Amino acid sequence: MDAITLTIDGAAVTVRRGATVLEAAQQAGIYIPTLCSDHDLEPYGGCRLCIVEIEKMAGLPTACTTPATSGMVVRTATPAVNEARRDIVALLLADYPDDCPACTGDDRCDFHQVVAYLGLDEQPFRRLHRSIPIDSSNPFFERDLDYCIACGKCVRTCDEVVNVDAIEMASRGYTILPSAFGGKPIVQSNCISCGECVVRCPTAALMPKERRLPAQEVKTTCPYCGVGCQIYLGVSDGQVISVRGDRDNDVNRGLLCVKGRFGVAGYVNHPERLTLPLVRKDGALRETTWDEALEMVAGRLAGFGKGEVAVISSAKCTNEDNYVIQKFARTVLGTNNIDHCARL
Amino acid sequence: MGKLTGLLKRRGAPETHTVLVCQGTGCQSSKSDQIQAALQQEIVQLGLSDRVKVKSTGCHGFCQRGPTLIIEPDGIFYTRVKAQDVPEIARCHLDDGQIIDRLLYQHPGTLEAVSHYHDIPFYKKQQRLIMRNCGQINPEDIQDYLDTGGYQALRNVLSGMTPEQVIAEIRRSGLRGRGGAGFPTGQKWQFCRDSAAPQKFVICNADEGDPGAFMDRGIMEGDPYTILEGFTIAAYAIGASQGYIYVRAEYPLAIKRLRIALKQAREHGFVGDHILDSDFSFDVTIKEGAGAFVCGEETALMASIEGKRGMPRARPPFPAQSGLWGQPTNINNVKTLASIPVILTRGAEWYSSIGTETSKGTAVFALTGKIANSGLVEVPMGTALRQIIYDIGGGVPGGKSFKAAQTGGPSGGCLPADFLDLPVDYESLTQAGSIMGSGGLVIMDEATCMVDIARYFLSFTQHESCGKCVPCRVGTKQMLEILKDITTGKGRAGDIDLLVRLGNSIKVGSLCGLGRTAPNPALTSIRYFRDEYDAHIRDHRCPAGVCQELA
Ligand SMILES: Cc1cc2nc3c(=O)[nH]c(=O)nc-3n(C[C@H](O)[C@H](O)[C@H](O)COP(=O)(O)O)c2cc1C
Ligand code: SF4
Ligand code: SF4
Ligand code: FES
Repeated sequence: MDAITLTIDGAAVTVRRGATVLEAAQQAGIYIPTLCSDHDLEPYGGCRLCIVEIEKMAGLPTACTTPATSGMVVRTATPAVNEARRDIVALLLADYPDDCPACTGDDRCDFHQVVAYLGLDEQPFRRLHRSIPIDSSNPFFERDLDYCIACGKCVRTCDEVVNVDAIEMASRGYTILPSAFGGKPIVQSNCISCGECVVRCPTAALMPKERRLPAQEVKTTCPYCGVGCQIYLGVSDGQVISVRGDRDNDVNRGLLCVKGRFGVAGYVNHPERLTLPLVRKDGALRETTWDEALEMVAGRLAGFGKGEVAVISSAKCTNEDNYVIQKFARTVLGTNNIDHCARL
Repeated sequence: MGKLTGLLKRRGAPETHTVLVCQGTGCQSSKSDQIQAALQQEIVQLGLSDRVKVKSTGCHGFCQRGPTLIIEPDGIFYTRVKAQDVPEIARCHLDDGQIIDRLLYQHPGTLEAVSHYHDIPFYKKQQRLIMRNCGQINPEDIQDYLDTGGYQALRNVLSGMTPEQVIAEIRRSGLRGRGGAGFPTGQKWQFCRDSAAPQKFVICNADEGDPGAFMDRGIMEGDPYTILEGFTIAAYAIGASQGYIYVRAEYPLAIKRLRIALKQAREHGFVGDHILDSDFSFDVTIKEGAGAFVCGEETALMASIEGKRGMPRARPPFPAQSGLWGQPTNINNVKTLASIPVILTRGAEWYSSIGTETSKGTAVFALTGKIANSGLVEVPMGTALRQIIYDIGGGVPGGKSFKAAQTGGPSGGCLPADFLDLPVDYESLTQAGSIMGSGGLVIMDEATCMVDIARYFLSFTQHESCGKCVPCRVGTKQMLEILKDITTGKGRAGDIDLLVRLGNSIKVGSLCGLGRTAPNPALTSIRYFRDEYDAHIRDHRCPAGVCQELA
């Protein structure tokens, strides 16, 4: 690895060449408040909370946009830096509704975390109010722009990560806000409801309609298709209530589609979902055990010769399962008649 | 001066005249094109065609007195000419050699008529280098430019100078960028020259978005050739093969003339492949900007050329390392580029003898506001404000007294009478809390409310803020709200300190120059006119009588 070493708050930090000062600090476990940066997005430099002092550089450069260079000396929390940061957060708060629906009192919300870190003890600025109608048109999430801090993460996510470009930053100055084309409800845009923007929104502006917090999370593979995205299912009272992508997994790196993010809980919890195999006895389907069901299927299949059966597998199985079923069909059952539900 | 009506010296000899008719945006809006057509017709009718030539020129700078025309070789200057004056001009002056008194410029103080262009105080005290050809040549005829020695600088460069020698010469001249920040031009070129890349770009920044500024427009309309020549030399120096001129779409005449100049330069082999039979090839594309103020900021401008939203981005990397489409790019203002040919033909030594220790050459101002002579003014750097305002500008009209001079537009500050003897250059203006900017100079009289002015500028910057970063987007909104409160009698104790604190946070926290300078009009007016703020907040009184709610 082509590495460089710099000094952050007195500590020597070695990072790969090309890393930003923010990445270097994060690698060293040094907290720098941020609201507009995300490791999936290009550096932006909009919220200005990550400003730091860097020797031999004028002013207060932003850690998220400044490339780390060898021998650089960075100070992340000097009085000048924190004073400016406090004014920036106070400006945002003067413009932010008091009753935040996202507030759970914990650190789940990025904005909450930043405010807590800076320890704001006064609000010197004028109270500003917006009242933009809530857009609830999307079945899975709501957009309440009174809480928007115009960090642009949603728009950049849609562009850089999802490549759909359903939304853009419209207008400018104080009135700049994310907007679907022509200011229409988001459901009328080409939004694919993947929710990647909702995940990244640092405030309560973009919120899933299901807001309960799970009691525990279970790591699993998304059951919807063959990609095999890794997810955490959030569970409370025996019910799946949330889904979160696993950022550390190479298959999906945390990204999910609409089905994985918003569709799993619906069918897992559905009263008609089959949880046991059914066999037809005396003209009616009846629940049975896996052993009995498999026994029966194996027995019946044994009665057919090569090429006499067809196998249909499912898009909801993983690639590995689909591989195994075709192998089973060709080598055990001796049939090439194998197809897939996605073609039906 | 005495009575001017009379016969010119050379009366009797068959007189040849050239009539220079201003066809700048200002004069055209008062029908100078019709005047020129009528004059042409009259000359034909009188049979004067073989000894009178009529020539369109760009702006003379004295737009307030337009339409203007100059009759050469004597340099007789007629102002506020109307179509009905044309027969008299043709018959009396062009045919008979009689000067027409009533069309001469009248000194606003003495009411004396001044016949000669060069004797008018507005011009007499100026030193025109950048605008040397403006109002003199036909901006749509390259031959006129060539006749004044145009393109000699490019010839010299391509026939005998290495790029390094060109850069060294520009460095020696001390030229600094005229786009606002005053960065040394030679050094900037060197950075870009040193960036190794197969493709480099040069950009001419002609976005000129400051309210009330029209210097760059005047130069593009008056002498587009010198800009192109300087641009080509810049490209040669840094090693660029492609250039973009980014002009705001609201300047149709400037765009038209640039296009004509570019076409003619191409025909003459000054632009294109193997320029003047050298190994150097360079082409230019003219881009029309959509007119957002922030698109004049270099990184936003480049995003706009790339077809993206015109939003600034953080530097580093600087354009010289990674600019347009990620390639090393050099960006200069119109006036910076227009200074290049004259520096190279007359030499760095000569150029650096003009101006002050740290600011060389001349400054171009758009002098407007409460001033007798408004227009475009070019003076050596270091000229005192007083000279510009009184000697050239003719002072504050209407018997009112001077209150403040605003330099640098929405990024600048308001300087009170104490600063009238301030030599105008980059450092002294910055020290005084304002900036040189690109050359807006607005004069304010006693009837101006400084709080209201600050409110006006903040509403401009708030509206023009791109909205990307919090300090600028929300901070200027807060400053504007506080200023609105103060001007409507709702100011609170502590508001002044709050404005100062917030202004400083915006300056240190903002991403680009727009936010970093947006608080200046408020901060300088607090610094120099704090008592006016106090009067508004404490006594609910507007000393200038401007703020309606407080009258
Ligand atoms: C908000 C903003 C607007 C600007 N507008 C202009 C402009 O209209 N023309 C210009 O030449 N420079 C403008 N600049 C400065 C440019 O970013 C850049 O510094 C300049 O073009 C460099 O040219 P110079 O080195 O010749 O001065 C602007 C800067 C800011 C921050
Ligand atoms: S909706 Fe959320 S992510 Fe999008 S700009 Fe607003 S605060 Fe940022
Ligand atoms: S300072 Fe203002 S104009 Fe510049 S990037 Fe920030 S919001 Fe945009
Ligand atoms: S995280 Fe760097 S500016 Fe927002």
